[in-house]
This record gives sequence, C-alpha cells and structure tokens, in this order.
Amino acid sequence: MEALAAGPAPAPRNQLTVASVFAAVAMIMLTGGMLGVWAVKRSAVVDAGESWLPSGVTVPEVPTNVILIAFPALCSFAQWAVWASKRNDKANTVFALGTSAFVALLIVNAQAFVWNQMGVVVADGEYGSMFYALTGTFMALMVVGLLLSLVSMFRYLAGRTRDREILIAHAIFWYAMTAVYTAIWFLVYVTK
Amino acid sequence: MTTIDSSPDVAGDSAIGRLLAADAAWLTSSDHKKIGRMFIGAGLLGLLATIIVNLVIAIERVDGGSAALDTDSWTQLLGSQRVGLVFGTALPLVAGLAIAVVPLQLGARALAFPRLAAAGMYMWLGGFVLSIISLADNGGFGGGNSDMVDLFLAAQGLMALGFTAVGICLATSVLTTRAPGMTMRRVPFFAFSAFVFGIGLVLVMPVLIGALIYLFVDHRSGAREAFGGNQGIATWAGWIFTQPTTFLFAIPVLGLFAELLPVTFRKRTPMRGIVFAGLGLVGVSALAAVTQQLRFDVPWNGSQLYIGDGDDVSTKLGDVAPWAFFHLLPVLGAGILFLMMLFLAKPTKDEDGNSVLPNATGGFLFAFFGFGMVFVGMLGSAIEPIVDLGLIDTVFGEASLVYVAYGVALGVLGGIVYWAPKLWGHAIEMKKVAPLALLGVAGTVLAAFPQYIAGFLDQPSGLAYDDGDLQIWNILTLVGQAMMALAVLAFVGLLVSTVLGSDSDAVDDPWDGQTIEWATTSPAPTDNFVDVPAVTSAEPLLDLKTANDSTDNAKESAS
Repeated sequence: MEALAAGPAPAPRNQLTVASVFAAVAMIMLTGGMLGVWAVKRSAVVDAGESWLPSGVTVPEVPTNVILIAFPALCSFAQWAVWASKRNDKANTVFALGTSAFVALLIVNAQAFVWNQMGVVVADGEYGSMFYALTGTFMALMVVGLLLSLVSMFRYLAGRTRDREILIAHAIFWYAMTAVYTAIWFLVYVTK
Repeated sequence: MTTIDSSPDVAGDSAIGRLLAADAAWLTSSDHKKIGRMFIGAGLLGLLATIIVNLVIAIERVDGGSAALDTDSWTQLLGSQRVGLVFGTALPLVAGLAIAVVPLQLGARALAFPRLAAAGMYMWLGGFVLSIISLADNGGFGGGNSDMVDLFLAAQGLMALGFTAVGICLATSVLTTRAPGMTMRRVPFFAFSAFVFGIGLVLVMPVLIGALIYLFVDHRSGAREAFGGNQGIATWAGWIFTQPTTFLFAIPVLGLFAELLPVTFRKRTPMRGIVFAGLGLVGVSALAAVTQQLRFDVPWNGSQLYIGDGDDVSTKLGDVAPWAFFHLLPVLGAGILFLMMLFLAKPTKDEDGNSVLPNATGGFLFAFFGFGMVFVGMLGSAIEPIVDLGLIDTVFGEASLVYVAYGVALGVLGGIVYWAPKLWGHAIEMKKVAPLALLGVAGTVLAAFPQYIAGFLDQPSGLAYDDGDLQIWNILTLVGQAMMALAVLAFVGLLVSTVLGSDSDAVDDPWDGQTIEWATTSPAPTDNFVDVPAVTSAEPLLDLKTANDSTDNAKESAS
C-alpha cells in the first residue's frame, strides 16, 4: 500500500445545510413542474375561449392572502431560532421554534378553509383534479414543515442545544416554502 | 459502519441465528459500500429481468403477423421494457456504483447521510417490485385494471422519491466530504460525474413526481379529463423513459470512462477542465427532462425537428434551437471524452526511451464498450426527432434506449471489475472478463442496431408489422438479446464465484491507480481509510509513485 501523508482534521462540513439546500431545490422543482403543467393546461382552455375557473367557484382572497403574509412571518421566526441558538439563548430558540410550528399550523388551517370555501369537487373536470393535486402537494409539504419545526423544538428542549445545523435547515425549508407558496398564490389564486 | 449489534443469545448459538444477524447487519447497514453493493446486486437482477422481457418482445416480433401472447398484453410488455431499462437497470446500477465508490474516491470515511441513501434504495426496490406487480396485472401505460394503474403511478413516484434521496446524498457527499486539499478541480472524474448525476436527479425526479401526482389524482378521482386517465401516462410521464432524459443516467458511465483513460494509458489527464465541461454538457439532458413536457405538444417524441422547407427562419430556428440544445450538446460532451481518449492514446516513451504500453484492464474494456454504446445511442436519439427521416413512432427510438441502457449496464460492469478489489477484496481476471465484455458488446449491437435499420424501414414501434422483409432484422435482435442475457448471466456467475470462491487475494493497487482509493487496503475497511489522506494534486498516488521512483533512482545512482 502506498502511504499518503495523513491530512489535518477536516473543517466543519455543514452537511445538513448543504443537503437542505438540495432538498429545497427539489421542492421548488416539484411545485415548479406542477405549476408549469397548470399554466399549459390553463392556457389551452383560455385559448379555446372557455373559463379555466369552473362556474360558481370563487377564490376566497382573504385566507389566500393571509397565508401569503404568514410566510414571511414564519421565515422570521425560523431565522430568529437560528439567531438565538447561536447566542445559546434556549428560551428564545424554543419560543421561536414553537411559534414557527404554530404559524405553520395556522397555514394548514387556512388552506383547509380555502378548500372548504371554494367547494371544488375533485372529480369535476380538469380544474378539480389539478387544483387538489397542486394544493394537496402544498399541504403535504406544510405538514412535513410542521413536523420539522416540532422535531427541532423537542430536540432543543431535550438538550441537543449544540446541534444548530438542523435549525439552519429548518429555516431554509421555510424560505423555500415561501417561494413555493408565492408562486402558487400568483398562478392559482391571483391569475385564476 | 453498522449500527446493529447482534445479540449473543441469537447470533452466537446457532447457524441460523448467525445468518439472521448477518443479514440484519447487511440490510440495516449504514456502510456505503454495503448499500452500494446491495443496490448493484438488485440492479443486476433488474437487468436480467429486463433482458428476459426484451427476449419475449423479440420472440414476439420474429413473426410480425401473428402473436404468441394475447395482444392486450402488448402494451404492458412494452411498458415493462421501458420501466425495466430505466428504473430496473440504468438507474440502480449507476446509483449503486456511485454510492459504493464515491466516498472512497473522495477520501471520506462515509457517505453523507448513509441512512437516507439506504432509504432511497429501499424505496426504489419497493417501487420496482410494485411496478412489476402492477404491470403483470394489466396496470401501467394504458392499463385496463384501474387499481393497478393507480398502483403503477404510486410505484413510479416511490422510485422517483428514492432516487431524489440518492441524488441529495451523492451531491452533498462530493461537496462536503472531500479529503483535505481536494478542491473541486482535483475531484476524480467518476466522483465529479456522480456529482452531476446527483444534481440531475434532484432536478429531474421531483418534476416526475409532480407529473405523477397529477396523473394519480386525475385517474384515482375518476375525473380523467385533464390527463386522459391511463392513456395520458405515456404522454405526461413518458419523458423519463426516453432520450435525451436517459443520457442523465449515463453520466457516471462517461465519468468512469474518463477515470480509466489515464490509468490505462499511464499518463496524467491534461486539461482536466475540458473533461469536466464534457461531463457537464451531458448534464444538459436534465434540462431537457424538466422542460420538454411543457415545451412540446408531443413530449413522448421529444423535441421534433422538421428540416424541409415551408417555414420561415424564425420558425425554423425555434425548432432547431431546442433540438440542438437537448440532443447535440450531450453528444458534444461525450465527443470531448472520445477526443481525450485519442489524445491520451498517442504513443509516448518514458525517460529511458522505452515505449509506454497501455495497461488495458478488464474494467477498461467494459467501460470503453459501455461508453461506445451510449455514444451510439446518443447519435441515434439526435437524428430520431428529425421529422423528415420518418423515424418517429418506429422501433428506432426503442433501439436508442436499448443502446443507452445496455451501454450503461456494460459500463457499470466495468466499474465493478475495476473496483472489485476495494469492494470485495478480489481482482477479477482479465482473461475471464474480456470474453464477456466482447459478448456483451456484440449482444448490445445485435440487439439494437437491427432495430435502427428496421426503423428506417418503417417498422412501427409496437409488436406487429406487415412487411415480411423486416423479419431478418427482428431475428438478429433476438439473437442479440440472447447474447446479452448470456453475457450478464456469465458475469454474475463470475462475480459470485470470485467473491465467494476464496479468501481475499487482491493487492491494494492492482491497476497502478492514480487516485486515493488505491491508497487504502483491499478490501477497503469499514471507515475506508486508517488516516484521512492529504491531497495535493488530482493524481496524488501518481505523485507519490513518481517521487518514490525518483528517490530510488537517486539511491541507485549514489550506490
């Protein structure tokens, strides 16, 4: 065996941060691809002189806009948790993570309210199945984010206060989700 | 590193207990070499299953006028072929090889997130088994069994999710676990190609998952308007089984070819940046994958190009640009590697004036043939969309997929032979490997090239045809598939007998390697390296050997 000289101890590698960036890219590609198909289908219907939104269906603007406003707040709380953990401020970190989870829960509730208000039937034509596929995917990602917030909080409460990378990953997730929802909001709820 | 401790009560008392404990240790291992080898093993089984499907198709096509099988099952048979070539063969084989080898090449003790990679492997395995079940029970593309169509869509999604996880692990590993001193420009070519492949998976697989979610909801809900129910699967998710998307899965094989060139010709690779650029250009196929379903009316056929007159310049450019972008850039990337081979193969002499003879190994032979087959597949897929040639909806497209998938398989077999000392502690002999490599490449050429000709002769892409003159090409294809089956079976037998046959017999550096995986023992220990080595160039082991030679020469001169 050839003997190569041993190297120095490796520097911190931020693996979780890098992986969470890739996961965020994957989330954006997932919803980006779905929104692209949505745009193509909508364009075909509109070009044929028909209405894309089924008759009798209206988009409830208040909850959809509230969700949009809630996301920057969610990002702020997630970043607050990162900031506080760097200062070993356990109380602020846990509070910020708990607040993130709470706001995520509110968004889940608001999306369920949107579904209820719109009253779209899944089996009722193109719009129905595509609408629930798209917003259902968004809801699934929200549930993942909610669980991530809760797991991060309980890990911190359990004493793993030096493991800060998961908080950075948590913040990256919510930044990506903000981008995802902004695109959905514009294409599905504003452009209609 | 395995995280399972076998209980003495279970493991120590009986042979069955020990066997179960050993199996559990393998199945739950977080050692990247074990995960990679399990992936490769399952991929080889997938390859064999796919070849059997191809054999059945070839038998069915020998007489285009009559059918041995129920014609209702033709769609499932052709669907099985596509799923098998992409998800059963190309993807698991390259992913397995990359997981097993990349950390060794990087000088890392482990893969980043090995449990995520293992989860990805199991998601793929589960999805592949469910795909087979659904296809066997009238599911899949255009399937008549509604529940099985749903199961097929869910299974495809599960596999895509698994490969997304694998992509994240590979890309993160290359970015974060490199040995001290190994800058990105010093990363071995195979590891770099795995990086491009990993990023490609992260970009492409989520788009496929999105399309599958639409299809699933549309089909399951009973709406079946937006995507045409079971008939829409090929249109909206079929792009993953066609070129140029499949080039993405061949990138690690091209990286392996580039990796073996300097070892074979005993030189350093000049202008490494150009090789990196070549591998990156093939990665453009990822963009084709994520955009062609939106850009073109008939995504299954990819970017169509009409050369004949009748259109104005702007329309013509609108056709040519995406075609050139998606089809020619990957060809250019692979062409760069071919030119690099010619450059390195130029005869040279050493300091004493003796000719430097190539060190042709069995691994290189397989990798060279694999690269060649992928390249021919790329060229075929580049001309297929030219509408004037009338190749669309003929067997031509299937042939280019067979070229790419079998090329990938041959390349991975080369990787297995090359890195067998590190993975199993055994070197597979050249005299045993060479005939199999020749049989494999002959089988691939015979299985695919006659279909190229039949495509020009307008044989439709289904199983039936009217023109009796086409029969000879289909008989040749059948012979080719049989030869490929024989080659793969023989290779698996050789691998198993070599691995199980005797104690570890491989030396640490049997091929005179240049990269750092050859600096550790054969087989590589669980943590890969006793001490993580420092890297000062792209060929650290070659540097060390050159320095040792210089020292020896100086001592001889002094004495």
